[in-house]
Order: sequence, then C-alpha cells, then structure tokens
Amino acid sequence: MSASTRFALLANATSLPWPDVPAWPMADFIRATGAEITRGARLCSLFGVPDGGGVQLVAVLAFDADSTLAVGRSTPSTGGFPSLTTTHPQAHLFEREICEQHGLTPEGHPWLKPVRRTDGRAPANGGFFRVGGSEIHEVAVGPVHAGIIEPGHFRFQCAGEEVLHLEIALGYQHRGIEEALTGGPHRATLIQMETIAGDTSIAHATAHAHLMEALAQSEVPLRAQWLRAIALELERLANHTGDLGALANDVAFLPTAAACGKIRGDFLNLTAMLCGNRFGRGLVRPGGCRYDLDPTPAQQLLERLIPVLADTARAVAWMWDAASVRARFENVGTVTASQAAEVGLVGPAARACGLVRDVRYDHPVGWHRFAQVPVTVWPDGDVFARARVRSLEIQRSGEFLRDQLGTPPEDDFRCQLAAPAPDTLAVALVESWRGEVCHVALTDGAGRFRRYKITDPSFHNWSGLALSLRGTAIADFPICNKSFNLSYCGFDL
Amino acid sequence: MFITDTLLHRLQRGCETMAYPHGPAPALPERHGGALKVDSGKCADGCAACVSVCPTQAITRVAETAVVLDLGRCVFCAACVEVCPHGVITQTGDHRMAANRREDLLLGAPGHEQVRLAAALDEKLRKLFGRSLRLRQVSAGGCSACEADTNVLGTIGWDLGRFGIQFVASPRHADGLLVTGPVSQAMVLALQKTYAAVPDPRIVIAVGACAIAGGPFVGHPQVNNGAAAIVPVDLYIPGCPPHPLTILDGLLRMLDRLEKPRRP
Repeated sequence: MSASTRFALLANATSLPWPDVPAWPMADFIRATGAEITRGARLCSLFGVPDGGGVQLVAVLAFDADSTLAVGRSTPSTGGFPSLTTTHPQAHLFEREICEQHGLTPEGHPWLKPVRRTDGRAPANGGFFRVGGSEIHEVAVGPVHAGIIEPGHFRFQCAGEEVLHLEIALGYQHRGIEEALTGGPHRATLIQMETIAGDTSIAHATAHAHLMEALAQSEVPLRAQWLRAIALELERLANHTGDLGALANDVAFLPTAAACGKIRGDFLNLTAMLCGNRFGRGLVRPGGCRYDLDPTPAQQLLERLIPVLADTARAVAWMWDAASVRARFENVGTVTASQAAEVGLVGPAARACGLVRDVRYDHPVGWHRFAQVPVTVWPDGDVFARARVRSLEIQRSGEFLRDQLGTPPEDDFRCQLAAPAPDTLAVALVESWRGEVCHVALTDGAGRFRRYKITDPSFHNWSGLALSLRGTAIADFPICNKSFNLSYCGFDL
Repeated sequence: MFITDTLLHRLQRGCETMAYPHGPAPALPERHGGALKVDSGKCADGCAACVSVCPTQAITRVAETAVVLDLGRCVFCAACVEVCPHGVITQTGDHRMAANRREDLLLGAPGHEQVRLAAALDEKLRKLFGRSLRLRQVSAGGCSACEADTNVLGTIGWDLGRFGIQFVASPRHADGLLVTGPVSQAMVLALQKTYAAVPDPRIVIAVGACAIAGGPFVGHPQVNNGAAAIVPVDLYIPGCPPHPLTILDGLLRMLDRLEKPRRP
C-alpha cells in the first residue's frame, strides 16, 4: 500500500536529508495526508517547523502492514489551512497544537481550543462543551485529584447517572520540554527525556537514543540493543501489574490489589538492578547503555524474576477467577474498533479493541528484529478487554525475558557516536507499555535540533477515554480511567 | 470462586510488611549509591570537571572557593562521581537525605560534607501530628515517578498506615501537603488554593529534585523551580525520584518516630 505513495518512505529509527522530504503547497499537503490516512495510514505525528516568516507542517505516517513510515511536508505557509480533523479525527489534537504553537488556524476545526497554553497561573482550557436541557447536570473534577496522581480536569455532562459527554482539559503539567530542545541536545536533555513521563523513562530514552543514532548514521552494539529490550519489558511488567492492581482496587477486589501493589515494586527493583534507579533512569544513552549486564548478574536477575512472574500470575488469576470482578469489567467503557481506528488509539487501548497495532511487531528495530513479542489483541473494547490485554502481555513479556536473559549477545554495550548529521530528519517509534512513543528530530545546518517533536501515546489515547465514557455511568469513571491509565505530563510535555 | 478461596489466597501470602524501622532498613539497589558526600578539601586548583557534566547544574565552583553540590537539585546520575579525578564526590550508600532547610542540602564546605539531616517537628506539632498525620498530595508538574514512589508507601510492603500517616482525598481533611514537580505555571493557582484549604497548623513536604529546585526543568520559564516559590516548605526529600525508603525516613524523622521506635 505504501508503494504508491508520494510521501518519502523510511524505516523506523532511520533518517533522511530534509531536502528529500517532499514538500507541497499547504492545501495539497493536507489533501495528500488525508488521502493516505483514508488508505489506511496512521498519523503518528503532525507538527509545524518555523521557516522564515512562515511555518511548514510535517506529517509522519505509519503504514503498519508494510513496516514502513512515510513523511511529507508543506511549503512554508502563514494564516490558515483546511482542517484535516473534519474528515480524519485523529488529527484533532495535532491541529489544536499547531494553532497554539505556530498560529496557523485549522479552518473548519470543530473544537479549536488551547492544548497547554496558560493564563499565568492555570491553563487556558475553559469554555467546555455543554449539553443543553433542564435535566442535564455538569460535574467538574480536578485538577487536583483524590489520590496520589497527576493533575488534569474532567468535565462531565450527565443526565442522571449517565455520562453523555466527557471533556478532558489538560495543560497543568506543561514544563516546556519541546521548547527547551531547540538548539539541543543540551546537558539536561537526557534526564528530560527520562522524565517526559516518569513511568515511561526507558521507552522515551530509547526513542531519543534511536534518533541520535539515526542522525549519526550508526548502529549501536547488539548487547546494548538487547539490554534496552530487557529494560523496556521490565517497564511494561511493572506498569501493567500496577494497573491490574489498581483496577482490582477500584472494584473492591483487594487481594489482587494488595498483591499487585507489592509485585509492581518487585519489578521496579529488578529494573534498579540494571542501573540503580527503579524507573530505569541512567540506563539508556545515545550510543548504547550506561551500564552493562554481565552473564552472572543477568542470571541473578532471571532467578529473581521467575518467582516474581509466578507471583504475578497467581495474583492476577484470583481476579479473573472472581465472577464479581468480571461482571464489573464487562461491557463497561466500550470503545468500538472503528472508533479506535478513527481517533488513532495506540498501545493496549487499541489492541483491546481488536486492532493489531504494536511497534515491536509492526516496525521492529534494535533487538526486536531478532526476538519478537507476539501482539496481544482482544476484541471487545471494554474495561475487561483492556485489563485482559495487560494480563496477557504480562505473560508474553515474562516469556520474552525468560528467553532473553539466558542468552546475552557477546558484544560491547556502548559505542562512540558521530556528530548528528546536519539538515536531517529522523523518526523513532518505540512501543512503550502505554503504546507508541514517537520522537522526530530535525537538525539545522550545524547538526543541532531545529525542531524536536515528541508524541506520547497519551496524546492519542485521551480521546479514547472520553469516548469510553459516553453512555457509561459516571460511577464507572474510575475503572474506565484506570483501564487507560494515561499520562498527564506525557501529554502536556 | 468462593470467598473462602479469596481468604485462603490472602492467608497464603502471609504478612509482607517489612520490619523497618524496628528492624534493619531494606538495602538500596547496588547501583543506587545513596546520598553523596563532597570533600572539597581534595579539589585541585582550577578543576571544575564535575561542574560541566552535571545535567541539572547542581554543582558550582566559583574560582578560588570550594565546590558546592546542591543535593536538592541532584538527580543522582553520578556523572560527577565518575568524572572527578580526585575522589572529591563519593557515594555513601546512605538512604537518609531529608532536610529542613535548603541550605542543609548544600554539600562541600568544610564541616558540610554531607546532608544535615532534618530535625523533628517541635513538641507542639509533634503532639498534633506524631501519631496521626494526614497529607494531601499535589503533583505540580511531577512526572509520576515521585508520585509512584510515594504511592508505594501505601502498599503492603511498606504499610505507611502503621505509622498513622495517610494520604487523604481533600485538603480539608489534611494536616499538610506533599508536593511533587517543579510547580508548572499552570499549577500555581491550584497549589495555592489547595494550600489555603488546609487548616492551620499545616506542613509542606517537597519530594524530589523538581519540587525542591526544579530538577531537570530548572530555569524553564514554564516552571517555578520548586514548591518553595509558592508555599513555605518544611521538609525537603531529595531524589529523582527519592527511593521510597528515603521518603519514609524523611516522614518518620520529621515525626520523631525513628530514634525512639515504639513497639507495635
């Protein structure tokens, strides 16, 4: 399908010279992007690059079935552009972001609001969609929530218990990460990559490292690729286990909640064996890894991992065995496969709608070229399906680690990288536990970042949570929310 | 499945709560390194190797003066430890790092090689909070790691509830705030309002490099370089994120529950 495209094709974690990215006048570019999405491409990222007095828009598309990415851009433009959102809803947040960052107006956008802009002390995210009618009431939740969790605002339009519409207003966590990257990489860049979303440190650091390596036209030693793949699955195991515990907690099934809370920490401690940090910070570096994992400690890690995996399997089995839990999860917060495809869901949230969509499988790079993890799908799109996908992925990740830890490749764990190529665009996708992390870098004539675009999976998936609430009882919001467990800071950047 | 199965499963797991603080503290991960120690007397003239490798500009050396490392801003990457040719900056393996004042986290001057650990609350506050402390957590630009390692204290392994410490769902129920994140501009109002809603007397605990000093985002115009710019802070707990043990030590140290452990 990708063969006939006019976009430039490239593989995941590779680069191409900026002049080789085809450019069209704005209206043609928007039309071409829409046409590719209609043909089945997925919008990974859409962003602006300031150029002279205007702005060029860049689209990164994924042809998952062909394991190919495609990029195209517009010529520098000012003023407005025809909104893609009206026909392709997966563009809606990207277009709002473009309007906010560059002042280009997506004409015809149905809900053009700020994404992260503040009025100095709070986000300028007001002006909520309202459902009319004397029976309708509005519920406002946040930004500060009841638990130990990041801030965001939820505005529900309800008729009695039933939610007719949920609007999710974020921006509270904006720390200016993308802006700071211009002219980089800087000294703080790596730690900022590791804290884009703190529970996704490995995935974001890996995506950044892939970009730097693509810009340097180098491949890192196999041992480093192997080590990153191991860390990525440990990150997935910790978070998925924590999520299942949190879901159990929200339906008052405390044995699994208590056990998974503890086991999550066990996985974090295993990650800390690699690098000292429970979230894997300081492990992944452009050019490889900062620490090696010799066969003996790898064996120790495996020996500690096996009982933790067994513990997880037991604790999760109690939950699936309980009819009261299954009844609470089934037919709650349903997102259909067509909705999921339309808004561009990624990760477990997409796979729980039956979409076969996993970067490790669709766009394998690094160690995933040699060692595959099967894609876990479940068809129903409800809370049950999202929990089920996680539970199955825990098994698959566990199997992967069992296979891999015993057979470390004989190689170095780091190498010296060349300087980033000038005027070059690089794209890297990594399947984080939450879904696709997309980093795009464009260098200037000196090889510094001219533009760096980060798309956390949450950027795609918050819309999925909003859709899941339609027609759902407001009392089910907590389990719907936990079943997605999205990042606020990953969205806000 | 019957309720008896559920109870049986639970019984089989037994008690998983650690003995600490009545028993030994769990070990930090081997590569963690713990708190840093800075012996600036060993610094060579004109050397500033550590200054240029620190990702968060936590290390400064003004010519002719001692090197100063701000543990509050430190993300514990240990790049300085690796690069120092004279062994000035070393890892102590110590999990204890909580301090009452910002300056107590500045390491390097003679006599100030290590963190000056926090003192307990005064007697009046200790009487109020010593056996029952309710905290409201506010994440203000936190990346969810400090939040996660605070949350973990509520799990069965750490069981924060046994110390009478609990995180509550409303500031009106709280004795204080636990703040994470560099305080993004967009959270200023929410943090101010949450603080105002906590009844006096109240305490504020800043957890992590971000909440102490802006951490990885120090200097960004979108953040306030920590909680102290908005609310008065009584306890600083360094880390990126702090290990749960470091957070627990800080809380218990403040409540004076470490030196004189009560039998459960």
